[in-house]
Amino acid sequence: MNTENSGLAPSPEELDYLELDEIIEEEFGGDKENLIMMLQAIQRRYNFIPRPALAYLSEKTAVPLSRIYGIATFYATFSLEPRGRNLITVCLGTACHVRGAKRVQEQIEQFLHISNGQTTQDGCFTLESVRCIGCCSLGPVVKINEDVHARLSPDQVAKTLEHYE
Amino acid sequence: MKILSVKDLEKISEAFTKRLYFPENLKVNVGMASCGIAAGAKATLQRALKEHPAGDSVEIRQTGCIGFCEEEPLVEILGKGKPRVVYKRVTEDKFPDVFQDYLEEKFNKKLILGQMRDPRSILEEDRANPLEKVKAIKGIPFLDEIPFYAHQIKIALRNCGYIDPDSIEEYIGRGGYFAFVRILAEMKPEEIISVIKQSGLRGRGGGGFPTGIKWESCCKHPGERYVICNADEGDPGAYMDRSVLEGDPHSVLEGMLIAAYAVGSSQGFIYVRNEYPLAVKRLVSALKQAEDFGLLGDNIAGSNFGFHIKISTGAGAFVCGESTALMASLEGKVGRPRAKYVHTVEKGFRDGPSNLNNVETYANVPVIMLKGADWYRRMGTKYSKGTKVFSLVGKVKNTGLVEVPMGTTLRRIIFDMGGGIPRKRKFKAVQTGGPSGGCIPEAFLDLQVGFDELTKVGSMMGSGGMIVMDQDTCMVDLARYFLDFLKGESCGQCTPCREGIKQMLDVLTGICEGLGKEGDIELLEELGSMIQKFSLCGLGTSAPNPVLTTILYFRDEYEAHIYDKKCPAGVCKPLFHYEVDEKACTGCHVCALKCPQEAITGEKKKLHTLDQEKCVKCGICYDACKFDAIVVR
Repeated sequence: MNTENSGLAPSPEELDYLELDEIIEEEFGGDKENLIMMLQAIQRRYNFIPRPALAYLSEKTAVPLSRIYGIATFYATFSLEPRGRNLITVCLGTACHVRGAKRVQEQIEQFLHISNGQTTQDGCFTLESVRCIGCCSLGPVVKINEDVHARLSPDQVAKTLEHYE
Repeated sequence: MKILSVKDLEKISEAFTKRLYFPENLKVNVGMASCGIAAGAKATLQRALKEHPAGDSVEIRQTGCIGFCEEEPLVEILGKGKPRVVYKRVTEDKFPDVFQDYLEEKFNKKLILGQMRDPRSILEEDRANPLEKVKAIKGIPFLDEIPFYAHQIKIALRNCGYIDPDSIEEYIGRGGYFAFVRILAEMKPEEIISVIKQSGLRGRGGGGFPTGIKWESCCKHPGERYVICNADEGDPGAYMDRSVLEGDPHSVLEGMLIAAYAVGSSQGFIYVRNEYPLAVKRLVSALKQAEDFGLLGDNIAGSNFGFHIKISTGAGAFVCGESTALMASLEGKVGRPRAKYVHTVEKGFRDGPSNLNNVETYANVPVIMLKGADWYRRMGTKYSKGTKVFSLVGKVKNTGLVEVPMGTTLRRIIFDMGGGIPRKRKFKAVQTGGPSGGCIPEAFLDLQVGFDELTKVGSMMGSGGMIVMDQDTCMVDLARYFLDFLKGESCGQCTPCREGIKQMLDVLTGICEGLGKEGDIELLEELGSMIQKFSLCGLGTSAPNPVLTTILYFRDEYEAHIYDKKCPAGVCKPLFHYEVDEKACTGCHVCALKCPQEAITGEKKKLHTLDQEKCVKCGICYDACKFDAIVVR
């Protein structure tokens, strides 16, 4: 992972604990059955899960930090590393795979000079892959933030990425 | 308003049938499921709303997906006394033309997918066809005449693409909630279970366990019971559950309500994938409406029966489609399965008796209850009754969702409905059952689809993904792809799955990189058999399937990789290269323009050459060449 980005990560002092309280207590009632959804809400807020937030979550829900860390690393959607301004998610579901998703992924990697899971030096893009977003009929599919780009061929990669800053 | 009886439903139904079928002026329905949006439907809808803002005589509404994803964005236009027409590929810029086309009754064939003969749902057969007296358009096919739709019977998908998913009234207008409200007033739980048992309905999520028997076992165990909906559609290549949730969320709620009343549960959960944000949004809205109408909550429809539903979102773990892992995840834990010596119907979520069915299964339930077990049993094969939704994707011309009676042949689905393989390529195999399934070769194309039929040829039904593959798909690479998927998704708890899959993947990766050696195939078979026998849960026991079926049916491809060091399909990069076919090259120069490496040179109208040193085998030239002059060697 790119070290340049570590500056983006909030330190324990920078976390907005009132906001975390809102997520943990008001939105999800402090109920440990909702841990996964709390982590999702925290990730939505920060674009990733800052480690101090894990510790705070553990304190608030009385679930050991080790277990919360286990959850945050078991599920694929969670990222403990800061991510770029734009999140590129390449769908690698079977339908996309047989229509050449890997070639699209390689083309993105070449174009941005990063590999899967990494963030560009300027913090503009993070490249991730997902196992299927259910747009199988329109593969290969690449999702950039909330925009879904359907039937993307390797030669359209550069042009598609140009629109994001 | 609160629904108290069937009469209340009838009142709503009557009012909204008008809105659904007999608009005062023109009505435009834009298909707004994820697939439509990916193809540009959102911009189309915005354009439509801009040109016809609220208060305008033209009504603009959103619907779910009508299934024919290849032709998205789909827009349906209907007017008083006029035929209902479905227009295809209506991107934003085309909307005004399409609208004028309908307004002026030009009905340009090129724009139109088809006209409707009968827009009613399967639950409205006793009502009059609103299009009965409408004069059909000459020269435009009816939707049910188009091969893609010709053999379909829509039960689970009955409302998808026909109603506004955010409108409970429209759901009621097409016969929704009648089954549940009637049952609540007239039937005993054991009678419901008996109907579901007789119908022969089997779980649509993969395993195919008889639904009625599951409900019956759940009732037998004391304690607080839970009704759970598995909406963690994890099989890559299958998306029917997404379509139902996005297009007709109330059908799932109604199915769950019936199940809850039958097994005696007051608390339900829907575990839905986080990758489906639109499905979550529509579910949340549907829950709220059902509560407002008194169809969820305490004292439903004035009875003593109460039922609450909570939506939980998954976080991207394939293994959470397994029942025990899903329930662990619902409890806010890591999603690891457990051995099922004690079934979840006895001890599941919070250690209580839990009934888990998948989205499509629940969507079938209200229809079965209204139309009866005998009606349902009439469709299908001996042991697989009713219909099944398949997602027809991959290398096939007409991609989309098809709902066909069980027993329909693979050939009919892929070649008649799907239109066969694009670009004159040759069919190689169809993959069913997701990563737990297998690849079915051409020799079995006349196989009738059904749970047991698919298992017999080494694959399985799974959730209904049907990924078609042509000559350009490498079966060894595909097997490697699935194992790579499963290696990442194995929860790591039991050794056969965690270590075994990794060992198999290492062998396969070696083969794909040209390092395969004699004995590799046998080693894969041995490892596969071990993993099948000794893994803890379904993920492990079925993980070797894609490898074993490809070895069984496509052994020659493995041998080509291992002994000849060739990848005949042109996928495994170290084992092939591209060449320009001297005879076929017309010198059109397209490949040279597109090559990102500038590896192809040549003057226009003269033979081009490819510099192997520069080529990175990205395949752009291979796809771009219209004359098949770039060849795999």
